[in-house]
Amino acid sequence: MTKRFSFSQLVLLVVALALAVVWLAPIAWAIATSLKPETETTKVPLQWFGSEITLDSYRLVLDTGGIVKWAINSTVTTVIVTFLTVLFSAMAAYGFARTQFRGQRALLALILAGIMVPPHVLIAPLFAEMVALGLVDTWWAIILPQVAAPLIVYVLFKFFQDVPPELEQAAFVDGAGRWRVFFTIVLPLSRPVLAAVSIFTFITTWNNFLWPFLVSTDPNTMTLPVGLANVVQGTFGLRYAQIMASVVLAGLPLLVVFVLFQRQIVRGVAHTGLAGQ
Amino acid sequence: MTSTTVAPPATAAPVAQEKVRRGWTQHGLLFVAPFLLIYLAFLVWPTVLGFRMSLSSVNIAGGNNHLVGFANYAEAFADPRMWRSLWNTLVFTVLSTVPLVLLGLGFALLVHHLRFVQWLWRLSFFGPFLLPSAVVSLLWLQMIYPPDYGLINGTLGTKTLWLADPSVAMWSMVLTTVWWTVGFNFLLYLAALQSIPQHLYEAAAIDGASAWDKLRSITLPLLGRTTALIVVLQLLASLKVFDQIYLMTAGGPQDSTRPIIEYAYDVGFTGYRTGYASAVSYILFVLIVIVSLAQLRLFRKRAEVSS
Repeated sequence: MTKRFSFSQLVLLVVALALAVVWLAPIAWAIATSLKPETETTKVPLQWFGSEITLDSYRLVLDTGGIVKWAINSTVTTVIVTFLTVLFSAMAAYGFARTQFRGQRALLALILAGIMVPPHVLIAPLFAEMVALGLVDTWWAIILPQVAAPLIVYVLFKFFQDVPPELEQAAFVDGAGRWRVFFTIVLPLSRPVLAAVSIFTFITTWNNFLWPFLVSTDPNTMTLPVGLANVVQGTFGLRYAQIMASVVLAGLPLLVVFVLFQRQIVRGVAHTGLAGQ
Repeated sequence: MTSTTVAPPATAAPVAQEKVRRGWTQHGLLFVAPFLLIYLAFLVWPTVLGFRMSLSSVNIAGGNNHLVGFANYAEAFADPRMWRSLWNTLVFTVLSTVPLVLLGLGFALLVHHLRFVQWLWRLSFFGPFLLPSAVVSLLWLQMIYPPDYGLINGTLGTKTLWLADPSVAMWSMVLTTVWWTVGFNFLLYLAALQSIPQHLYEAAAIDGASAWDKLRSITLPLLGRTTALIVVLQLLASLKVFDQIYLMTAGGPQDSTRPIIEYAYDVGFTGYRTGYASAVSYILFVLIVIVSLAQLRLFRKRAEVSS
């Protein structure tokens, strides 16, 4: 463990510390501002600490703002999107990798082509569709389009292709059906890749803005990013300490989760970003 | 281009035995069905519908839905605001991709070679990526960029109008975006660095190679494929920029930051010209498809190498 503490390590350490300070400064500034009395937030010259440290802003934001409701909406929709995306994508990927059916090649090609379709350019037709289906201002409008994620199918498809068929053969011989094999052998075996894909889906869904912003106009169905966008547009006036308290409350959950599950998150993002390498 | 990536027949043999035993042909389709239904309804159909809308005069309420052929496209190509927003998008893409790739690599090299408190560096450089765009936008808009009490001017003693000066605003958007998203590329590079076999460096060390030699002739060449992938992913992400610009400058000042997705949103959702907005979107769509084709080529090469 105690390796040599060489001079070059010292130099790297100093450089890394300096960069980390710069990179963390905006977050630290948000936290510092949120702890100041409201009247001292815009003082010039800058002061990192006010005359006292107070949690008043947090109390006010939690009492009056919709932030708790938005956080619940975000949590519920994100969990449902992640669950459905991973379940349906895994089933589809397994269907393509391990079974054969009529039209399989054409369907797989259709799904791979979908990787190129950016959801951002589909906002007008998707919105028209949601209006026609009467789903605007419901959770389903936020959830359903995000489940149609062809990249996830591709990542899992690549993974299932590499699972040795022998692992399934024994179960087939014992009389297990396709579905049993899928749920009791293949899925448990794929836990690392499923975790990676889940983490990736969770982060992107939790932070998605444009689509939920378009389909939730009712503060009761808004997700956290959309609710905060309303804050940007002025509901809080110029109460900076409260705005920064909202920023901290909205930003903290994923940062805390990151500190706790670092290893898995790093692997999940890297794995999915590199598309199932 | 996709047909070559379709399932190789490698798995066909064990499956064929089963085919005889049970009527599983339907099984395969049943596995695919749930995803396929959602995919057809919420990706394929909107893609088709969007193209149809781009050829029509439809408004957001669904009224006035007449086919007008390519009139929307002709209008878009003659529309200076469309060109301005397309230009802004391309400028943002180039300005953001260069530092996002280089800094991502720099941070990864630094952290990879450091032996201390790995979690702290990962949290520092990757943490901002975990913040929602609305959080990032609020923070920078309200507490970092304001001219007098903002963190940057306040610390450096400058008087820059970060968001109000048309010649500076796009750079401010790039700066915020780099801070916010570089962590993703940093992680991809870090993962790539960790997968380089250690014995290559040991062999080089025996040959008396310096740290610089190792970087130049082992590390960087082996990161080539990762770099190509990161560049393409970054181009795709930057072409789709919307959130932080919409939330911080709303496209201003004087249209200097308005990206094309925001222009499509403006004409479609506040100007109610949904048909025209779809045509603008599909112009961006073509650009993104071109970059995505490069991405698919990379994925395929990767798959070939790994198999």
